[in-house]
Order: sequence, then C-alpha cells, then structure tokens
Amino acid sequence: MNTLIQAIINGLGTGAVYALLAVSFVIIFRATGVLNFAQPGLFILGSFFCSYFAVSLGLPFYLAVVLAMAVVALISIAVERVAIRPMIGRPVFAAALVTVGLFTILLILAFRLFDAAARTVNDPWQLNRFCLVSSDTGCSIAVAHNTIARFVIAMVVLAALGWWLSRSRIGLAMRATSLDQEVALAQGIDVGRVFSLSWAIGGALAALAGILLAANGTVVQATDSLFALVALPALILGGIDSLKGAVIGGLLVGLISAVTSAYQPIYASWLGPNFENVVPYVVMILVLLVRPYGLYGTKEVQRV
Amino acid sequence: MTTATTSQETPSPQQDSPVVVSEARGLERLTGYSRSLRSSEGGGKVPASARRGRPRLVTTYAADQALLNTPAKRWWTLAAVVVAFIAPFFLARDLLLLFSLAMTFAIAGIGLNLLTGYAGQISLGHPFFMAIGAYTAAVVAGKPGSVVWGLELDLSIALIAAAIVPAIIGLIVAPLAVRVRGLYLAVLTLGLLMLGEQLFKQWTSLTGGSGVGRGVAQPVLFGSDLSVRYAVGPVIINKDISLYLICLVLLIGLGVMARNLARSRTGRSFAAVRDRDIAAEIMGVNLLRTKTLAFMLSSAFAGVAGALMSMLIGRIAPEQWNIFLAIQMLAVIVIGGVATVTGSLIGAAFVVLLPRVLEWLAPYLPFVSGSAGGGLINVFQLETLLFGALIIVFLTLEPRGLFGLWYRVRTYFKAWPFSY
Repeated sequence: MNTLIQAIINGLGTGAVYALLAVSFVIIFRATGVLNFAQPGLFILGSFFCSYFAVSLGLPFYLAVVLAMAVVALISIAVERVAIRPMIGRPVFAAALVTVGLFTILLILAFRLFDAAARTVNDPWQLNRFCLVSSDTGCSIAVAHNTIARFVIAMVVLAALGWWLSRSRIGLAMRATSLDQEVALAQGIDVGRVFSLSWAIGGALAALAGILLAANGTVVQATDSLFALVALPALILGGIDSLKGAVIGGLLVGLISAVTSAYQPIYASWLGPNFENVVPYVVMILVLLVRPYGLYGTKEVQRV
Repeated sequence: MTTATTSQETPSPQQDSPVVVSEARGLERLTGYSRSLRSSEGGGKVPASARRGRPRLVTTYAADQALLNTPAKRWWTLAAVVVAFIAPFFLARDLLLLFSLAMTFAIAGIGLNLLTGYAGQISLGHPFFMAIGAYTAAVVAGKPGSVVWGLELDLSIALIAAAIVPAIIGLIVAPLAVRVRGLYLAVLTLGLLMLGEQLFKQWTSLTGGSGVGRGVAQPVLFGSDLSVRYAVGPVIINKDISLYLICLVLLIGLGVMARNLARSRTGRSFAAVRDRDIAAEIMGVNLLRTKTLAFMLSSAFAGVAGALMSMLIGRIAPEQWNIFLAIQMLAVIVIGGVATVTGSLIGAAFVVLLPRVLEWLAPYLPFVSGSAGGGLINVFQLETLLFGALIIVFLTLEPRGLFGLWYRVRTYFKAWPFSY
C-alpha cells in the first residue's frame, strides 16, 4: 500500500511535467496544425539556459527560469518564421517532417551546448523531502519538495494559461485561427502573429517542463531530451487538439509509468529494465484501438 | 478502375465485330467508339512521314507508360547497370562496403516510399521492420550460439523469410494503423519502434540481448559458401564483392517491381488514397485493403534491406534500430524525392555517402574538429546537423527532392530554347 501511494505521489510530479509538455504540443498544433517533433529540442534547451543563467551567471533561480523561458520562446519564434511559415498550405505530413529535421538540429545544438557534461539548475528544492508516514525503518512515504513544486507550478501555469486562452481576445483569435486560417484572416486577425505567439507559448512551456524535469536535485544531460518523446503518448492519449485531454493524458502517463516502475520489476521482471519508459506507448496503442482520436480529441469531420 | 473490371464482365455488343481482339492487349476494356479507334498496341498506326525526326512521338498508351519510355533513358539505364556490375572489381574495399550499404538503404527507402510517398501513410516505425528482417535472416541462416538461435539454412531461404516475416508482422499491425490517420499514425509507428526496441533488448535468444548483439546470417547461397574467394576465369570474387552483387541484383529486382507496382492499378489506388482517401473510397478503392497492402509491401522491403544491412555490418545489436535510423530513412526519401523510385536511389546514395565526403572535407573545414578534438563541432555532429538542415531545406524549397532538381534541369534542356 505504501509503495502504491508513494508511486502515485511521484507519478503526479512527473505527470505534471508530461502535462506541461503535452499542452505545449497542443498549443502549437491547434494554431498551426503542425505536430512539433522538435519539442524535445526546445525542452532540453530550456534546462540548458536555466542552468546557464542560474549556475554559470549566478542569477536567482526564479529569474533564471523566466529568462530561460523567454530565450526559448524567442528561439521557437525564429524557428517558426524560418522553417514552418513556408509550409503553410502543404500537407501536414510534410510539415511534421520539417519538425523532425528541426529536432535533429536542436538536439545537436543541445549536445554542443552541454558539451558532454551534466549540469544542474541550482533549484531551491534539491533533495529535501517531507516524511508523510514514518515507520520504524525510517520513512515509508516521503514527499519530495520538488514533486510538490512540479505539480503546483505546472497546474498553476496551466490553469492561468487555460483561463487566459478562454477569456482574452488573443485566445479567441487563436481558436479562430485553428478553426480556419483564411476565415480568421478575413475577420482581421493577424494569423502570422497568432502563429508566432502560439509557438512562443509552446516553446516557453516546453522550456518550463525542461527546467522542472531538471529541478529534481540531480543533474541533467543532453540525452534527457528523449524524455520529451514520452509526452507524445500523453498527447495522443488525450487527443491531439484538446488542452483538457493533454493535462489528463500527461498526469495519466506519469501515474502509469510511476506505478509500473514500482511494481513491474517485482511482478513482471521478464519485461526488462526501463519498461516504464515504453508502457505509455502500450497504453496509447490500447486507447487508439478503442478511440482513434484519443480520449478528448475532436473527431475529424470531413466535407466531401 | 472499377469501371474497367465491370465492363470486362459484361460482354459488349462490339465483341464480335471484325476488330481482331487477340492482337491488342487491353482492347477488350474499351467499348463503343474508342474501341473502333484501336488505340492499342497493334493499332494507332502513324505514317512514317509523321514519325520522321520525332523520336519521342508516342502513339500507344503502352509506349507512353513504359518504364523506359525514351531511348536516352534506355541507354543511360543500361550504362548505369553495366557500370554497377563492373564497379566492384575496381573499387577499394571500404568504398565497396559503403556502396553496398547505400543499396540496402535504397531498398529500405523504396519500401518506405511505397508506404509514405505513394500511399501517404507517414511511418517512423520503418527500422522496426528492418530489425525483424535482420533477425529473421540471422535466425534462419545464422550460427547458433550459446544463447542465440540459428538454423544454418541457405541464404536464399533466409532472404525470402526476411521478406515474409516482416510482411506478416505488417499485416498484423496494419488493422490498427488503418484505423488512425495522419499525425496519430506517425506517433503510433513511433510507439511501435519504441516497443520493438524494448522487445529486442529483452528477447536474448533472438537478438543476443542489449549491448551484446549477435552474429548474422552466414553467406551460403545455393550451397556455395560466399565467404571464400572464387576465381571465375580471370575475375576474383571475394566475400565483399559477392555481397555487393547480391545487394545489386536484389535492388534492381525490387526497384523494377516497385516501379511496376507504382504504374499499375495498385499504385494508382495508393496515390488516390494519399491524395484524398474519401474520394478514393467513393471511386471504389478499398481503403482497408490498400493501406494493408502498402504496409505489408513496405515491411517486406524493409525486411530484405534489414537482412542485407545486417550481413554488411557483421554484427547487430538491438539498440541500432532506433529513432535516428528512422530519421535517416525519412531523409532518404525526402532528400531523394517523395514518391519516386529513382529518388530513393539518389537519396540513399546521398545519405550514406555524405558522412564519407564530410570525412574527406573535414581537414579543410576549420570549424570541424578532427579526432584530436578542439574544433567547434565533430564530424558526426556536423553530419546529423546537415541531415536535419537538408530535410528542412528540401521540404521548404524543393519538395520533390534531388529527383525534382534533376527533373527541372532535364526539362530545361528538353524545352530549350523555350525554357520558361
């Protein structure tokens, strides 16, 4: 029982990071119709710049977070201008392939910047933990500070973003653009600006996710960017164009992989080490078997 | 396409007209006036005066659709094939290996092109099927080890099995892949790749296990051991050359097969599904069957390519069938040219030979660090960077890839002096 509760607590922490990542995918997808495979690159650049500002330059952690998010947002705007804007009106698959190309470029950039070294982000939480339930052998259920921080920060940011997107004129413009770019243009919406803005938000969210992933008291490396690929099942699970689905999918994936990593080595060790990294894909495939558009995704309606 | 078959079944009133049916292939499909025009192989005679000085005049549908429809194409293809067959006897050993590898990439690229280029189903899971092909061949024709299986059968059986087993796996996966569309499919195939990697790491009797790997198929073709040297007249054939020749023969065979498929009814139904699946369905294309067939064919090509690739590499580990190979495969078809077989050949040559060219160039590029280190970027990083950049550049500027570039050049000179 203690194992289960511990796994759920840890899972909610990681799940919050997945949720942030999945939402960053959704925001970009809804505005531009592009599934951005380059998101892992933006994600790891977020942790790099945070580490650079906080450790190399010695700035306060929260300032470093904001700066890192701003830098990655700028990178992401530039990427959209250069590589994605020319793909408007082309098949979705071509645009997705462009982002695969971007993925490799950003990954090499990250490898180059990290220079084969592991870095820390100098977060205030480090390895501190509460003891929730103590037993005679020590602490049977512990809550790490960074788990709480991850969950709270992610949920607050996502709630604020969701509120802003549903209330503001800009949010309305983004929804209009996602419905029909030409009609939105005819209504006086600057579609290009909406594209830039959504990429900026997507990049900033990915950067925040990268920072939160790195802020677990240990180090972060360039190869950790592949962590972001696990957010893809979360995204597909929830439905590629649903913010609510992305949050639920992210938390679900976090929970499932935490519970798997707690029990699978004991009960199903033949599945091998690191099975928790692929179990989200198993769940995703099972969900797609039943619901081809994910749990909350809009079913594609086509006029003939 | 359906109309053609239905009219075949209902006997047309023109059936017993004096037009000779037997002489013309495809004539029985035509009805009414078009039939009397005899627009078929035997018919459509053009006076010699009209033909004179117009070598590219096409008077029959069959001639228009021919694989090599101009004399220039026929001669250049013949020359290329002859050069390809003679080349291994003059090439250095490492270059020979590189060219063989390029041919296996080309086979895999053609397979991916059938699925992604022609049928429009984006797949990141191609390396999974290549791995299945490689392991099938390794089990069927490999030596049994202390943990790994090996049946030590002939290579001919192994290569056939390496096509069939992935096709069957493709058939099993296809119903799921047919249900989901577009980007969902891309992520689904990515999931397949990830699950496959986990499976291969665990299934030690098949793969030798993570980080260890296993030996590959023994090159014993039709009972003769290819790993020894043979002297055929004045020509000496060693193992590398025989592997090269096997790759070449399979590439030509599979390439011609893919070209033929693409211009057949099946290929046209692939294109119809790609361009607009609903419209295709209304025209009578069975979506389930078409997509399943595309998946199976693509997996079979991938399997053969994987088997050959494993034999060239010599030892295979479960980690090498990863997402970076998937990106390389996508680079092959995007840089070469989507939905062209020739493009896949060019793309494969480009992707495989680019690292070697960069290695040659590295000493002259000041920002590239050599083996000693110290530069801005190493060769491997530069190469990956270039792949990514080239994918973007080609997709944004020349969506038809290198083949499209060549097509433009060709058209420019063909239409000269009216080149605009």
